[in-house]
Amino acid sequence: MHEQLLMTKGARRRSRLAALFGHSVLAAVASSSIIALLFIFYFIVKDAVPFFRFEGVREFFGSVRWYPSREEAEFGALAIFIGSALVTIGASVVAVPLGVLAALCLSDILPFSVRQIVKPVIEMLAAIPSVVYGFFALVVFAPLLQSHGGSLLAAGAIVVLLPFALVGSAIAGNAAGARAPEASRRAVRVGAGLAVGALFAAGLAALAGALGRLTVGSGTNALNASIILGVMALPTVVSVSEDALVAVGRDLREGSYALGATRVETLLRVVVPAAKSGILAAVILGVMRAIGETMVVWMASGNAAKVPEPWFNLLEPVRTLTATIAGDMGEADHVYGSSRYHVLFAMALCLLAVAFVMNLLSELAVRRLRRGRT
Amino acid sequence: MHARINLAEQPARPPRGGNAAAGARTLIAAREFSVFYGSKAAVDKASLDIPAGFVTAIIGPSGCGKSTFLRAINRMNDLIPGCSATGGLSLDGQEIYAPEVDVVALRKMIGMVFQKPNPFPKSIFDNVAFGPRIHGTGDRSSLGEIVERSLRRAALWDEVKDRLGDNALGLSGGQQQRLCIARAIAVNPRILLMDEPASALDPRSTARIEDLIGELRGDYTIVIVTHNMQQAARVSDMTAYFYEGRLIEFGDTGEVFTKPKEKHTEDYITGRFG
Repeated sequence: MHEQLLMTKGARRRSRLAALFGHSVLAAVASSSIIALLFIFYFIVKDAVPFFRFEGVREFFGSVRWYPSREEAEFGALAIFIGSALVTIGASVVAVPLGVLAALCLSDILPFSVRQIVKPVIEMLAAIPSVVYGFFALVVFAPLLQSHGGSLLAAGAIVVLLPFALVGSAIAGNAAGARAPEASRRAVRVGAGLAVGALFAAGLAALAGALGRLTVGSGTNALNASIILGVMALPTVVSVSEDALVAVGRDLREGSYALGATRVETLLRVVVPAAKSGILAAVILGVMRAIGETMVVWMASGNAAKVPEPWFNLLEPVRTLTATIAGDMGEADHVYGSSRYHVLFAMALCLLAVAFVMNLLSELAVRRLRRGRT
Repeated sequence: MHARINLAEQPARPPRGGNAAAGARTLIAAREFSVFYGSKAAVDKASLDIPAGFVTAIIGPSGCGKSTFLRAINRMNDLIPGCSATGGLSLDGQEIYAPEVDVVALRKMIGMVFQKPNPFPKSIFDNVAFGPRIHGTGDRSSLGEIVERSLRRAALWDEVKDRLGDNALGLSGGQQQRLCIARAIAVNPRILLMDEPASALDPRSTARIEDLIGELRGDYTIVIVTHNMQQAARVSDMTAYFYEGRLIEFGDTGEVFTKPKEKHTEDYITGRFG
């Protein structure tokens, strides 16, 4: 009877060896990604350090004179940093509000059957190769922007700002109504909402008019890249924030409705705050996508390594870090070991640093939220 | 603005037992009231009178429609696509499903406590202040008063008074449920609906919730859904027994549990099925 329960010595050794083998295989697989990251970091630093040693730091970060192929080469990358920042901010302005609002719409407003169709379609945007986006930006969007820039901008501004205007007037109406006596509450609510809405509409019309008079010099510019990048980042933002919003769960929503909250109050005061760490993660992921994207900005941004006039003018061509690395690598190949070669690694190191810092920030934010500080 | 539901004075802490509840003023009246999910009737032509100021328990096996009936009273079922109601369900004479009823005002008047404690991921203070805030109470001092009063009423004040700023999710399950009761009380409802409020709690927390129901009795009209028959017997004045969507028996709790009129009720409460 006993013998059936006991293992022989050999079987015990075999099972221990098998367990050890399993553990080590899994550990190796798990650590390989970390090792890969460390290797990337090591090789980028190794090739970036000579640049800073020969050319110094000040010119790289402080000058806008980017003439890497001259006899007396100059490596002032400030304009390129500004270009990257401009395009990233532009893309975020497109992707974040649209993405978060679309996620809210998907999670709480559209009926379930519609959501089942819309979400996969939005996620399909992520499956389109970036070179296709770039091609579209170059062949379709750039000429359109060049010929009808102003009216296109006006229409875009209306599309982007209209939801805010609507939500804003709804909130204003609600807030005004909440203070009114019960008998006239609905009237006050509607009245205040309409008044604020009219104000928004007037502002929007003025803005659209001003934008409509603009002319666009070149279709490949920071705006083109921003919009296309924004659309590219959209599925990430929508998908991740929708997951976060859905994860808030029915019970919290019902708890809010049961206290007599309206849908707007439930969404803005319960659902969105409860999902804010997930929404933040979605935003950071979207921004990261925009910073790191190469193909689209290379094709759509115009690649002029100069600071726009004025610096926030999105209608001028810019050049980004990623596009510079991709574009110059082919030429810099011939001068392996030169400053022109090493400067690209310096840029890569900067990109890596930004990515690292953003990840750290999101991690900190999520952790702080999780610890339950409200 | 719309037909306002007028709730007259309710009796102060009525005596337990002795059929007191059966003769009391009716607050919620169901007449041939049905709720459908699609074409399936979850509540099938139920008629009963819930007395003001007493505790009414709704019992029955899983899927018998008891929660659906409860959620019909504050129209929480409106949130479920494909859910519809027919027949009459009135609150102090006003039809709850009439088109001119303001659902927000209705829900403000009818607090609800759910099966699983569902505090918002906010501070304890903000949880209780949530309702008053959305209904327009802005200033800090009156909010503070409401929060303290509600937490005291829910027998939670002494445990949390020094950490009102802490996240509510840090509380134990039983404390969270009492917080949810405080949150419901804070908007000054006349009715409390409780959907198996203790089924996710341990026995000690359950006992505290039951004690609390005893203390709230009289000030609020309480309708509690429970699958725990002992609990129904302990806390309620009236008991309704639902089976497969139909109301089988409704009457004084003592009578329903000791000498039920229906054989079916007897089989259920003696544990022959369910």
